[in-house]
Amino acid sequence: MQRFLGLRDVELSLRQKLVGLDWSLITLLFFTVAFGLGVLYSAEGGRVDDVVTRQGVRFGIAACLMFAVALIDIRFWLRYAYAFYAVGCLLLVAVEVMGTIGMGAQRWVDIGIVTIQPSEVMKLALVLALARYFHSRSLEEVRRPLWLVPPLAMTLVPAALVVRQPDLGTALLLLINGIIIFFLAGVRLWKFALVLAAAVGSVPLGWQFLHGYQRDRILTFLDPERDPLGAGYHILQSKIALGAGGVFGRGYLQGTQSHLNFLPEKQTDFIFTMLAEEFGLIGGVLLILLYALLLAYAFAIALRAQNQFGRLLALGVGNMLFIYVFINIAMVTGLVPVVGIPLPLISYGGTAMVSLLVGFGFLLGVSVHRDIVLPRRAGVDAGA
Amino acid sequence: MRRDQTRAKLFTRRALLLGGGQMVLLAVLGGRLYHLQVIESDQYKMLAEENRISMRLLPAPRGRIFDRHGVELANNQQNFRVVIVPEQTHSVEETLSALADIIPLETIDRDKVLREVRRNRPFVPVSVTDNLSWDQFASVNLLSPELAGVQPDASWSRFYPFGAAFGHVVGYVGAVAESDLTGDPLLQLPGFRIGKNGIEKTADLALRGRAGTSSVEVNAYGRVIRELARTEGTPGADTMLTIDAELQLFAHTRFGSESGAAVVMEVATGEVLALVSTPGFDPNSFNLGIGREEWGTLVADSKAPLTNRAIAGQYPPGSTFKMMVGLAGLGSGAIGAGHRVFCGGSTQLGRHTFHCWKRGGHGWLDLVEAYERSCDVYFYDVARRTGIDRFAETAVLFGLGAPTGLELPSEGKGLIPTRTWKEATRGEIWHPGETLVAGIGQGYVLTTPLQLAVMTARIANGGRRVTPRLIRHLAGGHEDAEAPAAIGIPAAHLDLIREGMTRVSNSRRGTAYASRITIPEFAMAGKTGTSQVRRISKAERLTGVRRSEDLPWIQRDHALFVGYAPVAVPKYAVAVVVEHGGGGSKAAAPIARDILTEVQRRERDRVRFPTGPTGAPLELRRA
Repeated sequence: MQRFLGLRDVELSLRQKLVGLDWSLITLLFFTVAFGLGVLYSAEGGRVDDVVTRQGVRFGIAACLMFAVALIDIRFWLRYAYAFYAVGCLLLVAVEVMGTIGMGAQRWVDIGIVTIQPSEVMKLALVLALARYFHSRSLEEVRRPLWLVPPLAMTLVPAALVVRQPDLGTALLLLINGIIIFFLAGVRLWKFALVLAAAVGSVPLGWQFLHGYQRDRILTFLDPERDPLGAGYHILQSKIALGAGGVFGRGYLQGTQSHLNFLPEKQTDFIFTMLAEEFGLIGGVLLILLYALLLAYAFAIALRAQNQFGRLLALGVGNMLFIYVFINIAMVTGLVPVVGIPLPLISYGGTAMVSLLVGFGFLLGVSVHRDIVLPRRAGVDAGA
Repeated sequence: MRRDQTRAKLFTRRALLLGGGQMVLLAVLGGRLYHLQVIESDQYKMLAEENRISMRLLPAPRGRIFDRHGVELANNQQNFRVVIVPEQTHSVEETLSALADIIPLETIDRDKVLREVRRNRPFVPVSVTDNLSWDQFASVNLLSPELAGVQPDASWSRFYPFGAAFGHVVGYVGAVAESDLTGDPLLQLPGFRIGKNGIEKTADLALRGRAGTSSVEVNAYGRVIRELARTEGTPGADTMLTIDAELQLFAHTRFGSESGAAVVMEVATGEVLALVSTPGFDPNSFNLGIGREEWGTLVADSKAPLTNRAIAGQYPPGSTFKMMVGLAGLGSGAIGAGHRVFCGGSTQLGRHTFHCWKRGGHGWLDLVEAYERSCDVYFYDVARRTGIDRFAETAVLFGLGAPTGLELPSEGKGLIPTRTWKEATRGEIWHPGETLVAGIGQGYVLTTPLQLAVMTARIANGGRRVTPRLIRHLAGGHEDAEAPAAIGIPAAHLDLIREGMTRVSNSRRGTAYASRITIPEFAMAGKTGTSQVRRISKAERLTGVRRSEDLPWIQRDHALFVGYAPVAVPKYAVAVVVEHGGGGSKAAAPIARDILTEVQRRERDRVRFPTGPTGAPLELRRA
């Protein structure tokens, strides 16, 4: 297999890799997912049905993928980072051309066996591509504006394609993740200030391009009373459910807001609310701490990695997790507008689960291969 | 390598910055949760309960109405109906078409249902038809599994077993109107009925009872998940009336096709035994919303069946008013007990001539004879001597000119004119001639049949201020309340008047001799009255006054009779008005005679057979 992949200087055997896997992180991950299945079981009215089993099966598949990704040599990922990115872009274009419409937006593409959501692929492909790009650039190069044009394009092109689907949430996620990697790669801070100023300046222009429902969401967020039975209703009911949960919660399977359907989307975007209604502040804070712990792992792995590619990749994945968690919980507690972003590892939904666990696969891979020194020009002279 | 180290250092610095920022943001989330789940928790808990728990009202059964012997005058009956739950149907229209094959369903009804459906949320049941027969109801029941969304439903509705004879007394219930809303949530319950007229209206609050409540858990779509708590309501209190149902029915029937009114009272207690107004109307028509057509005919009917003539019909009392004039004359000293007047058929006052009903005149008469033969000239004289204000005062003492306070809505107050009244309302001075006209109960004087009955009762009971009532107070001590206060009329004066009234229907020359009661112990006393509705011109006087029967119905005189029985120890007073019936002696006196005979006969029979008509002992619900 190693010969097939065309990689030289492989120091680690499969056994070494398996031993080197961060099993405590994996345990933590599995624990979180198991917790999520338990909440989903409650969301389904306290029975194991299609939704629960399907989520379990998906987790099984996603976990296999995670291990595979983790065990593949990191130099392989470095070498083919751009290729994956290119495939991601092609899939996004394919969605544009021949994607199926689901839930009012064109997000899915059928590639024979499974339908996949190219925007999810792109989340990882972008991290890979940016990590590789900045891995190959020296700090001096990074500080020169001209060298920032390619990664900027790499970020903006898929974001623009995703916005067109339309999927504002994912596009935002791509953008934020891109910016964070720029930041970690050492781009000067004043440039971020500049971009921020430009972004604020272009808000009125951007407003023109937003869809009606997207504008609605923002307006409703700014003034929830505007539409108490529409989008504002979701947030209000979510806040009622959270508040009614109190410190200790109403008990597992006892949340009235969720079980009487006052809470919308309780299996997906609003699953955190359901959890916090039934387990209270204690449950909610514990879950946040669980995420914080997962994040801490990502940081630890990134800081211990001996190569820039690994560092950026690890924090790219960690950041993805963070953005998901933060936006989702901030949304259900009424801190930010309603955007369709699931709660990672807990919400029902296959693609998000797969992409996140594959991301964790990269994280584990970086951890396994942390001591491997990668050459700057990965694709050309890997052994130099 | 060195380069990579600086890069790694920069990365570390920025990663720590990033990590710190992320931890701060996660802490913000924790803080937000703390805010929602601890600080604002109580408020949201309340909102969650409000979301979840819905209070439903359970209407209490309406109290029944009984007559004095426990005969049901109003009860509650099962009403079979069909409701449709829109969200359970495939298409409301299709379901209605399918339903139309089983039960009669007109296009108008269908449109009404569709309108209702559009107005309400899809899980709110909409009533399709009311009042199905048991057979129709059963066939809907049988087929309802095939008709998705159709639910047979049995509810209670008001029923009045006697129909038209009691429409005016018992009244009816109807849908709550905007103006009826008092803030009581019960009133907003779909299908709730409140008393709209009669006793149903005056005793509405007691009859209504108190609604129970059921708190149910509902889901976000308003569907009931389970009942959490239930408080049963208090059924409405049963109400017992003073009416004797069979007497009422008898009196009502006795009127035949005549329109008019009769009131029978116990002279000692004021209990009203019968209160009839014809033509009547069937209160059952109003229960479930009267049809526009039926309402139209009721309103347009020239005989105004919806008007309760017994309490709201205002008629000139005619000669029945002469008792007031005589008593006032005696009381004021304007005439003595032996006052005599010569009747030559008319009397002069200034340039005006006032005629007696008898063209040739009655000759010399004393007071008793003047009653007996209802001489007008005699009472012109008494009225002139006494003066309008004095006999108006007496009339008011006997209950005329003001509502009696009977427990029924929209009672008329009648009119007893005085000098000040005329000046205040018309701005004109009182003419002496008007005193004479008022002296024979014509002109401005107006009374209701109920007032006349009260007046007669007060004459019969020896001048006690008895007030009429319709509701028997079961719990209170009203039954043995102290006797009503005396008006302060000397017994001798009343005896004289009663002597006159006795002669009216017992002496050969009495105006109502033909209608006397021949059973000696039932014998009645009374006074006929004929009130003109038209003006008799001078020309007609010369050519001869046309007989009432020769006039078109609407121009004929109203016939009146007031009386009491038995003569010796009066127990019952009656007032009868037959609209456009002609003379009081011909049209009203026979009805009064029959009613007074019947009421006494019934009393005698009840003494002999003391069980009530229902046989079984009656259990009444108290408030």
